[in-house]
Amino acid sequence: MTALRAWLSDPNPASRRQARLGQAWLAWQRIRRNRLAMAGLVIVGLLLLVAAFAPLIAPHDPLTQDLSRRLLPPGTPGNLLGTDDFGRDILSRIIFGARITLYIIALVAVTAPVLGLLIGTVAGYFGGWVDATLMRLTDIFLAFPRLILALALVAVLGPGIENAVLAIALTAWPPYARVARAETLTVRSSDYIAAIRLQGASSPRIIAGHVVPMCLPSVIIRVTLDMAGVILIAAGLGFLGLGVLPPTPEWGLMISSGRKFLFEQWWVATMPGLAIFIVSLGFNLLGDGLRDVLDPRSASR
Amino acid sequence: MTGLPAPSPQRRLLPVLGQIALGLGTLAITLLGLLLITFVIARIVPTDPVLSIVGERATPAQIAAIREKLGLDLPLWQQFLIYVRDAVQGDLGRSIRTGQSVTAEIARYFPATLELATLGTIFGTLVGVPAGVLAATRPGSIADQIVRVVGLMGYSMPVFWLGLIGLLVFYGQLDWVAGPGRLDPVYDMMMQFTLTSYTGMILVDAALNGAWDVFANAVSHIVLPAGLLGYVSMAYISRMTRSFMMNELGQEYITTARIKGMPEWRVIWVHAMKNVAVPLITVIALSYAYLLEGSVLTETIFAWPGLGSYITDALFAADMPAVLGGTVVVGVAFVTLNMASDILYRLVDPRARA
Repeated sequence: MTALRAWLSDPNPASRRQARLGQAWLAWQRIRRNRLAMAGLVIVGLLLLVAAFAPLIAPHDPLTQDLSRRLLPPGTPGNLLGTDDFGRDILSRIIFGARITLYIIALVAVTAPVLGLLIGTVAGYFGGWVDATLMRLTDIFLAFPRLILALALVAVLGPGIENAVLAIALTAWPPYARVARAETLTVRSSDYIAAIRLQGASSPRIIAGHVVPMCLPSVIIRVTLDMAGVILIAAGLGFLGLGVLPPTPEWGLMISSGRKFLFEQWWVATMPGLAIFIVSLGFNLLGDGLRDVLDPRSASR
Repeated sequence: MTGLPAPSPQRRLLPVLGQIALGLGTLAITLLGLLLITFVIARIVPTDPVLSIVGERATPAQIAAIREKLGLDLPLWQQFLIYVRDAVQGDLGRSIRTGQSVTAEIARYFPATLELATLGTIFGTLVGVPAGVLAATRPGSIADQIVRVVGLMGYSMPVFWLGLIGLLVFYGQLDWVAGPGRLDPVYDMMMQFTLTSYTGMILVDAALNGAWDVFANAVSHIVLPAGLLGYVSMAYISRMTRSFMMNELGQEYITTARIKGMPEWRVIWVHAMKNVAVPLITVIALSYAYLLEGSVLTETIFAWPGLGSYITDALFAADMPAVLGGTVVVGVAFVTLNMASDILYRLVDPRARA
């Protein structure tokens, strides 16, 4: 263990791999000291575990109805967080809902940043009218309020989880394009890019192999911070009935179905909202911490 | 630029005017793009607008006639030009549900949203700016931590859920505020039949009419949703204020002022604030624009008859002209607020003119 640590923190790395791992080790050391970021990491880790092992953790089936046990308050033996209007166990539904939430954010996280990276790096690398056109397009999409554009898109595409993801991804890419373009502009004129170009590398190759990796840290921070917003928008769409369809245990949808008896059986609407809040707080804390650690410009503040 | 005489006031103003002109040009392109997107969305709608007008049993001849009347037989680019021409003239089409002009309907709903978002922004600014300043002057203190965590919570809470909890606690349990809606039914009748409407914003109208009982009732209705939106914008404003203020407090002119023996409140609120205020204008304008959007979910919870309710109701009635009309209006408000704050920024801050 100590040998490994010494190897990682060696000021004179012998290989490229050692240098990279050493960098990661140092970043990890810095994150570990940030208590709020660690709290965020724990929450996100818990979300992953809960989603992965949902069938093992959940005390009941999330879809089985039992009308003789409907609207039981939290703390009832067997139903820790109570039951909803169909007698379904709320805790089990929240646990299975973690899968839906994770599915949505994972799909958005692999689509929107890729699109944004592509547009941003191409715009920044080529400059000129390509840059002007692509950035104008980005500004137009940025000018649209996200939730409303997503609403209009889902209205056209029809409700459903894939359509919700598509609508969210189509509204989420512009900030990534902005970030990627800014990073590209700073590396575009550096010597190493000129050297590769002189060796005859093609533009796609330079962008994919040498510009995109430079943009990745800032994009990853943005993704983490953005996931909180994605969770909220997805829950909002679900709440309005535009996300997944009813029996599915989606958190936003669960809040909306509990709304009818808010004043009598408060827990039905409150519990899933608490889940949304905690998970989105986790991503915010983690993203905040990552930014402090990985982004030297904000670390000085 | 060395060796040139100091520019006269006129020469200094000229670049600003040029930038404003450039800004307006950009604004026009952005608005055009906005219309293009809503136009494309409207074209890929699976429901045929013709069928929804004539019904399932129309003869092909009737359908063709309606198509022609709506201009759907023209090439797409021509349809788009007509759409833009109409939109510029303030015509956003007719609602499928009511058959009325979307523009007229939105004009009726918009003041309620404007009232809510404005009050929310005022709350957010009044609390957020001092909180951010407090956090910036004592970094790492308990106060700083509290401001940070309260802010992060505001970022992380689903606004519709917070609204439900607010209703549950302050209306259902404590009975401190009035429930959903803008007014109690009695006052609503009064507002509609005996008082003159000047702006559509109840607080303003009631005050102008001197109807203070209506005013009090409206306050009791608006306090919860506006406070809620205020919290959301407070989270953003306090965070940005903190970061701007910390940046400013590290500057040398602040040290100079302190060495001179200037009282700390004056250093912060007069000297540093002058520089913080400039980027803060942009932040407040952005959060205002954001609240216009955030009102969509809030209005659903509080049965608030504003633009958000209008859009969601239209959504469920598959009334696409109304949905897209509402989208365009919010988009235009968004873009205009952004542009206005940008121009203001350049006018106030000489450094931004370069």
